Parts: sequence; structure tokens; C-alpha cells
Amino acid sequence: MSESVKYKIIKILSEQALLDPSEIKDNLSLEDLGIDSLALVEIVFSIEETFNITIPFNANDPTNSTFDISNVSSIISAVENLVNSASGKN
Amino acid sequence: MHRVVITGAGAVSSLGTDLSSNFKSLSEGKSGISKIEFLNSDRLSIKIGGQIKNYNPDIHFTKQEKSIYDKFTQFALIATKQAVLSSGWEFQKNDNSDIGVILGTAGGGLQTQDENYRQVYEEGKNRVHPLIVPKLMNNAAASNVSIKFNLQGPSFTIASACSSSNHAMGQAFNLIRSGVIKAAITGGSESMLCFGGIKAWEGLRIMSKEACRPFCKNRDGMVQGEGAAIFIFENYHDAKKRGANILAEVAGFSMTSDAIDIVNPSKKGAARAMIGALKDAKFNPEDVEYINAHGTGTLANDKTECAAIKEVFKSHANKLMISSTKSMHGHLIGGTGAVELLGCLLALNKQIIAPTINFLKKDPDCDLDIVPNIARQKNVKCVISNSFAFGGTNAVIALKKGP
Repeated sequence: MSESVKYKIIKILSEQALLDPSEIKDNLSLEDLGIDSLALVEIVFSIEETFNITIPFNANDPTNSTFDISNVSSIISAVENLVNSASGKN
Repeated sequence: MHRVVITGAGAVSSLGTDLSSNFKSLSEGKSGISKIEFLNSDRLSIKIGGQIKNYNPDIHFTKQEKSIYDKFTQFALIATKQAVLSSGWEFQKNDNSDIGVILGTAGGGLQTQDENYRQVYEEGKNRVHPLIVPKLMNNAAASNVSIKFNLQGPSFTIASACSSSNHAMGQAFNLIRSGVIKAAITGGSESMLCFGGIKAWEGLRIMSKEACRPFCKNRDGMVQGEGAAIFIFENYHDAKKRGANILAEVAGFSMTSDAIDIVNPSKKGAARAMIGALKDAKFNPEDVEYINAHGTGTLANDKTECAAIKEVFKSHANKLMISSTKSMHGHLIGGTGAVELLGCLLALNKQIIAPTINFLKKDPDCDLDIVPNIARQKNVKCVISNSFAFGGTNAVIALKKGP
């Protein structure tokens, strides 16, 4: 489950960043990946579509939200949590 | 008052994906009308249109760009790139705060609306793509052109139905001649060939199921098209200084409103617009040798337009040539005036008068020289291009051979 969430998120990020999935390292920030605000809302949309979840994301102030987008690994954990709550595993 | 010239042009329509292929089709009287193909087109009673076939956005745009560019924006950007290249301008290198972008469209991002309404209403989806709004807004094409080419002057969109492009080019002309800006990217684009777009037009019952036959006794309505034509309008002094290739001079412009009916055309409103354009261009009626007509192929437009031409030009109406290139590329609605300006540039630069194709039989109500079916070689110096729209808005632009 975990691996597949990570794999899918890296795929989404790599498509938006126009990078190879191998270049999407855990500790990199969205800025490091060259992802701008337009790409970020697309990423949020893609993640919601892929996992059928609702992300608490406010484009007015992306950093001030319970959804932690500070780096790749924080995004993966945040999505894992949302997926788990959605499927009632928590 | 500054003189204004056209120093670049680009086009994408069902007649071709660049300027030369559009000129070639117009010269050969070749039709771009074919069977329309898109999602749910089988549910339409109208089966034909000037659709750009084998269109592949991947050649022009990245995945990211496609996610924010509606087709009408894509067409505008493709045509702009051609126009900029042909003009020899290098926008990126300079301060471009005195260059504007003024484009016409009627439907704007209608493809995007159609697609997303289908998802939320028909498919019941509750989550929508985040960038629908900037993709569908009517000024998306103008704004994306300004962003792509770093043009920092006024950029806006004019929507006046079928007159949109002529109105837009008229504003560009007026802003340059009054000295507000030095140059503008202007013209228009439209992409209404989608299920909702054509369905709405079907309701009006003025669409032909067979062909667009302007001024013909057998005409039975209009046929829609899609695409864009974009021009570089430039202050003559600057154009001359940089040794630009001048395609034509924009000599005059006029706009009027019928103020009578939301759909029916008026002879008086159309005539006033033509008279205004002649006056503005300092043309005598007998100077005009070619009119690129609005010529939609509807019963009402064509006879009203011919009557207005007769009223304005009197006996000279029988000597000048009139053609409707809509017979070939279809009616591009908000983009139509721009694509039709190509017919004027063809006449002024290549001495070729594009024909009115699909003509079968004379109509006594349209007994003027409509250049039926076959293009004509003729050296002309002064031309006008008519656009008359729903809403009773008329916009006529006058061009003459470049200085």
C-alpha cells in the first residue's frame, strides 16, 4: 500500500516537474523540483483524482494548511494519512 | 495621427495551418469544409464545418501548456508565432510596454466549458480541474499571447459576435494611430466546433446542411469554421525605420450599431459602417475595387449586404468585385473578420481576388460581381472588409496597398 502511494505520487510529481522519477528524491522541496503554483494546483488535483481523496489545500496560502507540502516525503506521508483515513484504517 | 501598416501575418484554419497554405487555398477556390468529427457529433443534425483536420497540439505545446490553453488560445498562439516570425520583430529583447494585444473571439474557451460541463452534469463528477477558469475566459488568448511574447502594453479581448475580430483590429488601428501604442498583435480566433457550440447554432435554424453558398439563389444558411488569423499592426514610421516588409496600410475603420433587432440585419446600419470606413480612409466610393463581404450564406445577410453595397457605392457597385471567402473556410464567428482580412492581403499583395465558391445560380437580390467559383487576377489598391454581427454591430475595415 505504502509503496504504491509513494510510487504514484512520484509519478505525478515527475510528470509535472518534467523530470525522471529517479530524480524525485524524498528530501527535495517543490521549489527544488521547479514546480510553480500552477503546477502545484495540478498536482493536488491529480493526487485527489488518483486516490479519490480531498486534500485540505488552500491555493491562497499553500504553506498554511494541514497538508504538509514542504518536501516530497512530507507530501507522501500526508497523502498516506488521508488515504488511510478514507479507507478507515486509522 | 500616425499611419498604421500591417507588417506580419499568420493563420491557421481549415484551409491550412500557415499563411501560405491559406493563401494557396483562397487562390485556388479550395474548400476547407468537411464532415465534422468530435464527441457526440453524431447527435447533431449539422454534419459539416470548416474543421482543422489532423490537428495535433503536441507539435506546438507541452503537456503543461495544453492544460491551460483552450483550443481557441492554441490557435491564436500558433498564428501569432507565424505573424511574429514573418514580421521580423524581436519582442523579447526590448521593452515592450508600447505594444498591445487586442484579439477578437465570441465563444472564448467554449471547448473547455463544453468538456467540463459534460463532466459535472452528464458524468456527475464533483471534482473539477483547477485551471478551468483561466482556460475558458474570453481574454485567455490575448493574455497568453502577451505572456508568451512579453508584450506589456494593453491586452484585451473584444466580443461582439461575428464582428469581434474587425472590432479588435479597429481598436488596434485606433490605438496606434493616436499614438497610445506603437504596435499591436491583433486579429482573432474561435473554436466553436464542439457539441454544445454547434447544438446552440442548430437551434437558430440558419445552418446549412450542404454548403455555404453566399449570394447564390440556392443558398440555405451558414457553415461554421474554426481557427485564427493574427496580424502585426505597426506605426508606419517605425516599420519603415526597421525596414519591415509592409503587407498593407490600414487606411480606415468604422463601426455602427443597427439598434433595431438582435438577429436580423439592417441595410442602414451596414451602409453607415461602410460609408464611415470610406470617409475615415479618405476613399471615394469609386476607389474601392474589392470588398471582402460578410457574406454568410444566409438569406437575410446576403441580400441585405448587397442592398447596402448598392446604397453606398451607387453605380460603382456593379463595377467592384465582392467575394465571401466564408464559402471556403466557413464562418469563424468571432475570428471571422481576421481570417477574411487574409482575402484582402491576398488581393493587395498577390493581385488575386479570392472567389465565392459553391455558386450555382444567380439571385436577383444579389446581382453584383461576386467573383463566382474561380479566383481572378486583378491589381487592386483599395479594399474594404465587412463584418456584421448578431446584436446589430457592424465593423468595416479599409485597407490600401502599402506605401
